[in-house]
Amino acid sequence: MANINATPGESHLAHHFVDSEQQFDSSKLGMWIFLVTEVLFFGGLFVAYIVYRSWNPELFYMSAKELSTIMGAINTVVLIGSSLTIALAVRAAQLNQQANISRYLIATILLACVFLVIKYFEYTSKFAVGILPGELYTYTGIDHPGAPIFFSIYYMMTGLHGIHVIIGIGLMVYLLVKTRQGSYNAAYFTPVEITALYWHLVDLIWIFLFPLLYLIE
Amino acid sequence: MLETINRLILPQVSSTFAADVDGLFTFINVASAIILLGITVAIIYFSVKYKRKSEDDVTPVIRYNTTLELTWTIIPLILILIVFAWGFRGHIDMRTPPSNAYEVYVTANSFFWQFTYPNGVQTTDELYVPAGRPVKLIMQSRDVIHSFFVPDFRVKQDVLPGRYTTAWFQTLGTGEHVIFCTEYCGSGHSDMDGMVYAIEPEEFDAWLREQKELSEQELPLAVLGQNLYQQQGCAGCHSLDGNVVIGPSFQGLYMDERQGADGSSRVADEDYLRESINNPGEFITSGFNNIMPGYSYLSEDQVSAIIEFIKEQQ
Amino acid sequence: MSAATKDFKIREFPVEENPKEHYLNAASGLKSWLFTVDHKRIGLMYLASIIFFFFVGGLLALALRLELWEPARTFMDADTYNRVFTLHGAVMVFLFIIPSIPAALGNFFLPMMLGAKDVAFPKLNLLSFWIYSFGALFTLYSIAHGGVDTGWTFYTPYSTSTGTAVISMTLGVFIMGFSSILTGINFIVTVHKMRAPGQTWGKLPLFIWSLYATAIIQVLATPVLAITLLLLIMERTLGVGIFDPALGGDPVLYQHFFWFYSHPAVYIMIVPAFGIISEIISTFSKKTIFGYWLIALSSLAIAFTGFLVWGHHMFVSGQSELSTIIFSFLTFFVGIPTGIKILNWVATMYKGSIDMKTPMLYAMMFLFLFSIGGFTGIMLGALSVNVHLHDTYYVVAHFHYVMMGGTVFAFLAGIHYWWPKMTGKMYNELWAKIASVVLFIGFNVTFLPQFVMGSQGMPRRYYSYIEQFQTLHQTSTVGSWVLGLGFIIVGIYLTISLFSKANKASSNPWGARALEWMSSSPPPHHNFNHTPVVLHNPYDFHKPISEFRLGIDGSDNHHEHTEVAQTQPAEKS
Repeated sequence: MANINATPGESHLAHHFVDSEQQFDSSKLGMWIFLVTEVLFFGGLFVAYIVYRSWNPELFYMSAKELSTIMGAINTVVLIGSSLTIALAVRAAQLNQQANISRYLIATILLACVFLVIKYFEYTSKFAVGILPGELYTYTGIDHPGAPIFFSIYYMMTGLHGIHVIIGIGLMVYLLVKTRQGSYNAAYFTPVEITALYWHLVDLIWIFLFPLLYLIE
Repeated sequence: MLETINRLILPQVSSTFAADVDGLFTFINVASAIILLGITVAIIYFSVKYKRKSEDDVTPVIRYNTTLELTWTIIPLILILIVFAWGFRGHIDMRTPPSNAYEVYVTANSFFWQFTYPNGVQTTDELYVPAGRPVKLIMQSRDVIHSFFVPDFRVKQDVLPGRYTTAWFQTLGTGEHVIFCTEYCGSGHSDMDGMVYAIEPEEFDAWLREQKELSEQELPLAVLGQNLYQQQGCAGCHSLDGNVVIGPSFQGLYMDERQGADGSSRVADEDYLRESINNPGEFITSGFNNIMPGYSYLSEDQVSAIIEFIKEQQ
Repeated sequence: MSAATKDFKIREFPVEENPKEHYLNAASGLKSWLFTVDHKRIGLMYLASIIFFFFVGGLLALALRLELWEPARTFMDADTYNRVFTLHGAVMVFLFIIPSIPAALGNFFLPMMLGAKDVAFPKLNLLSFWIYSFGALFTLYSIAHGGVDTGWTFYTPYSTSTGTAVISMTLGVFIMGFSSILTGINFIVTVHKMRAPGQTWGKLPLFIWSLYATAIIQVLATPVLAITLLLLIMERTLGVGIFDPALGGDPVLYQHFFWFYSHPAVYIMIVPAFGIISEIISTFSKKTIFGYWLIALSSLAIAFTGFLVWGHHMFVSGQSELSTIIFSFLTFFVGIPTGIKILNWVATMYKGSIDMKTPMLYAMMFLFLFSIGGFTGIMLGALSVNVHLHDTYYVVAHFHYVMMGGTVFAFLAGIHYWWPKMTGKMYNELWAKIASVVLFIGFNVTFLPQFVMGSQGMPRRYYSYIEQFQTLHQTSTVGSWVLGLGFIIVGIYLTISLFSKANKASSNPWGARALEWMSSSPPPHHNFNHTPVVLHNPYDFHKPISEFRLGIDGSDNHHEHTEVAQTQPAEKS
């Protein structure tokens, strides 16, 4: 139950909350539920993946060999690193270290950009040989009629994940601007905390995508 | 009395499992009617008996009664288990065709049914079966999903593109029974009906032989075309009298100048007709939808025959 | 938490009758509505939108029924008919019934029943409304561009091959899904975090329980619809092939994806209705609700079971026999909690003090109609019978008894129950009763014949039919006119009540005990002028009403400055 003693004078406190604790708990719970919806959103694609893999196991084996395991592995390391840096940003906010919040946010944004750049090179190298989604697929290197389906699933999963990375970068740029204005401190860092939660999920989804798409033996 | 009601609200009983389905239907209806009546009477009785007398009425505090709650959990539970078991048993029968069943291949198209018998004879929208013998249908769609439904048999099964589904039935006697398509498939969905003719087995064998002989005769091209016009379901969409059903009428079609939906125009010569049969989406006449399936599986002779037939429709 | 250890005094706060200042006149002008974060105003904007779309969907339904007057063509061609039934379904499902009770009545009353000033995320709430409107625009756009002829289920491969505006329609539904998700998140957090002091889970009104269960379904099921529609859009634009047998895909997989959302969505539509019925039966029987916990938890049980039964839409689709049998078995277990609810409601009336006012009358009609909907659902769950009835008018009649006889009648009950609270005005009781009887008759005349037609084998989505069915179709069409007349009467007397001056409503015209009635009619800008405190169960009619009007002594909910404060950028602290 919420604390009933209102503590006026906290500018971040929205009018309908009783106190900061209630506001923080609400935002955090809201984000957790949102993350559940994200998991289910990706879950649909994972189900499609599982169904098609169980129907065409050899196709998934052949197609996965076309993907660059090295690039995927580097990207995995990059994203795990970015999860660490954003966790450090939250820590810095809790300790009221304004300069460190900015530093760690910048580090996270940079790592996210590295991820996208690597992804860009991966995509273009596939496009160059005609590995495109759906009916645009023209590659002849895989001797299986279902090859376009594997790569459609690949593009949709990684593409949707990529959109989430871009949204994450947007959120962190916003946080950075607000941090520079001094909006966050030990008493109020809810946006940093919930963005970090979101970013951990983006990281986690990649940790599932990498072995499922790249490491099929 | 129940039997009379059932005859009013259910189709005739014409297959071996129809009676079992109707039995369960009746059981659920009777059980539901009794409970519904109980609820309705309780509502009306309470509304009258406990009508508010003054604004200060005091009501007793009754929060819970374990016996009552258990009663109305367990009784429905028993009822639904009966219904499940009954429906399950009936369903198993429906899904298990006897091994000696007579097999007919069914191809669903937008918007007609094609039936192929073991000796190669084909019919459209008319399914002839030997009465009293189990018949198994092996079905596939050439375009979208359709569903094969014969109300008199209580049989229904979706027909999918790219894989076979099966259904079976055994009629109780001779008779005519309507076929419906029950999976929405587009413009002509409600016209996609047909008939099952259950005829005596000897009569059926004779019919089958006769059809076989007919199909082997050397026919003039235009006559062959006319047969194909019926068999391939062209008649479902293309009239011969100028009326627009779903597609353009064949009357006066040959050498007519066709205005395309994209603004271009073409003359309906032999090449145009051939393309429109094999690959209808290439040129769509303005005012019509791109819904016709392609007929590229027809042989060159068959296509020529249809073109010859169209040329005669002036 | 810490509240328990702190001392505070409580006192009774008398309710101001016919207040001069309330949420409706707290601010004026179009912008004060379109950019409001007040959950009550957002609720009313939803209400206006869904009534508009109900009107659109209703006109489409009348057109369909009229077309079916003759076995062949009456006044439109087959392609038009196919578009009209698709739009009727899509508009009614996605634009009317899914947002109807949760987004309109739920938005208005959920915070009030919790004693909160607003939902947890008011701006997100406004965003939900805008997303809904944006999605609705897409739908209207696709109507203007030739409509869609796939049926509201968008089954592949028909939906990937037809030439109609499938992409803009599915995009609209996709966008509206996010509105539904955000509302769900908002409600869950609000119920968890914003309850008034003293309001434990056991003291929550049953409407809140039902909205809570609904929100859980919205949050868990809608993302799957989103990804399904995204796959469908990809399939149409890029030819991805996941649902296309020609490319190694499977159209039945689409049906699994679709019904994984759309079956739980049925409970998004009906579970909130259960909440309204609980409130109304208890209030108008002036009696403690019978089996509080069973009613509350059965909503959650239905929500949970609802996720396990999607395959019962696919008994004849070609899915595996084993899954067909399992889905049939599980389907029946939705019937148990539903039956428990109905019988608990009837038991609540026993020895009550029953006042058959309009909302109660609608609730009684709900019990009757929804029971029929439920029993016919059992019929459709029985495997062998389902094979015969699947995709016939029997199914059409069944889901109209559930969705219209159930949800719409409960929605009407809710509108009439809370109308005085929302608007501060009373409607004409006599006309309201007349209209309810007209609607009840019209409804049964429209849909009872459809059960008979379906049993006889009349398939659904048929533009033309064999003459054997004509009498039943014509009866049904006449019924639809009676229904239309009923809704016209409702529209007229409710509109009159808004503009009439003489009929001011009191703060608690029905003598209810839940928190929303302990505020003035219409409520003030922040719902209460104090922080409410809850001591009793909201159905404790044996306790004096004064004990339900308690609040924290010295607390003050007036925030005249907040509107100003919100427009300023956040200060540094």
